[in-house]
Amino acid sequence: MPKIKMPKSSPSIDMTPMVDLAFLLVTFFMLAASFRSSEPVQVEIPTSVSDKIIPSNVIMVTVDKGGRVFFNMTNSEARKELLTNMSGKYKVGFNGKQMEEFGFMESFGCSMKELPGYIDLSSEERGRARTMGIPYDSTNNELKDWIYYGNVAALNTGKTLFEEAKLKGDSPNANDFKPKFILRVDGKTLYVHAQNVIDVFRDLNLNNLNFVTSMEMPPKN
Amino acid sequence: MAEIAESGGGGHGKGKKRAKKGSTRVDMTPMVDLAFLLLTFFVLTSTFSKPKVMSLVYPAKVEDQTDVDSPEINNAITFLLSEDKVFYYAGQYYPKSSPGPKGPTELKEVNFGPGEDGIRQLLAEGNKSVLMGKKELQKKLDNKQIQDSVYVNMLTDLKKKKEALKVLIKTDDKATCKNFIDLIDELKIAEIGVVAPVEIMASELDLLKEKLKNK
Repeated sequence: MPKIKMPKSSPSIDMTPMVDLAFLLVTFFMLAASFRSSEPVQVEIPTSVSDKIIPSNVIMVTVDKGGRVFFNMTNSEARKELLTNMSGKYKVGFNGKQMEEFGFMESFGCSMKELPGYIDLSSEERGRARTMGIPYDSTNNELKDWIYYGNVAALNTGKTLFEEAKLKGDSPNANDFKPKFILRVDGKTLYVHAQNVIDVFRDLNLNNLNFVTSMEMPPKN
Repeated sequence: MAEIAESGGGGHGKGKKRAKKGSTRVDMTPMVDLAFLLLTFFVLTSTFSKPKVMSLVYPAKVEDQTDVDSPEINNAITFLLSEDKVFYYAGQYYPKSSPGPKGPTELKEVNFGPGEDGIRQLLAEGNKSVLMGKKELQKKLDNKQIQDSVYVNMLTDLKKKKEALKVLIKTDDKATCKNFIDLIDELKIAEIGVVAPVEIMASELDLLKEKLKNK
């Protein structure tokens, strides 16, 4: 019996369609993705049916599982003003580089005394550094000052933005330029911890708070 | 791996020697490697669902607590939250020392599910007037009888009416934020306009503890 000779051809496949697909997916993910920011704490957000998206000008307070409190603010101009005010009040000096760095930092959770050292860390080291959270007890309520001065600074920068928009001829809504207060709590955080932070807000007469939640399908009826 | 052209230009019998045609195919392996590397990177680092926010207005703090009488609560439910458990009582609170017309207040338990003894049924029952009103408004909106802004205004008015259910939320020290937000979520679904998270009273706390112990 003569052996059947297999035709000798190269074993390679045309990869063009695969490459096409791969690049299509890459493009899709690049455009559709928003990046996970490198927050110092991982917080598991509870779900709700609310579909309001997070506003852009916010003061955000994070409460983690153990009740540690972290502060964050989006507007980097206002952050610098805030830090100037805070350093004046607590007599903690910051150099120009630290000021600049603070403008772009993520949430932080340390007392004013530790803050200059914390800013000097690289962003990777910050992720690993275990801070104690911002103190907010009655004898040393730094959180209250952060929120208060943060609000003042955000209102100031919001005001200038509002004036600019007005000059341009738009009819802006003043409320859009005011900072919103966001609470980011872990689902497993005890409510008493969150309540303490909420009370700090309420002491400052800031009663309209927002909880960060992730989307859940609303029930069909 | 990738294609390498096997037959070049040759094989022209006419004698004229042409330059060997180079293969037009490129080795795509590195590019594919890179593409998949990027793909993996983006798939792993991206988060899709943008976080949403749920707004909640807290009652303003009153400086002087002494002359604040708790107002007569007609159409209200008070929820007491503990660790993954919800209890409620309707209407006014009557402590054991001064029982109301139906005796002292007793707590009833509900669960977070949408089922028969779930919280959703309970709220839908209590807030019937608003939900019915909302349905009618929705119908009008769909038929273009009213505008969007009018719809929103009328809905907020509806939620503030006397018949609308009001809800008080009290928590003990074991309740988690998830419980709290789940509850607020149910209130949003039931279109409840007036929600007030308030401090728990000592007598209520005792009642809650007793109830939890009996479980």
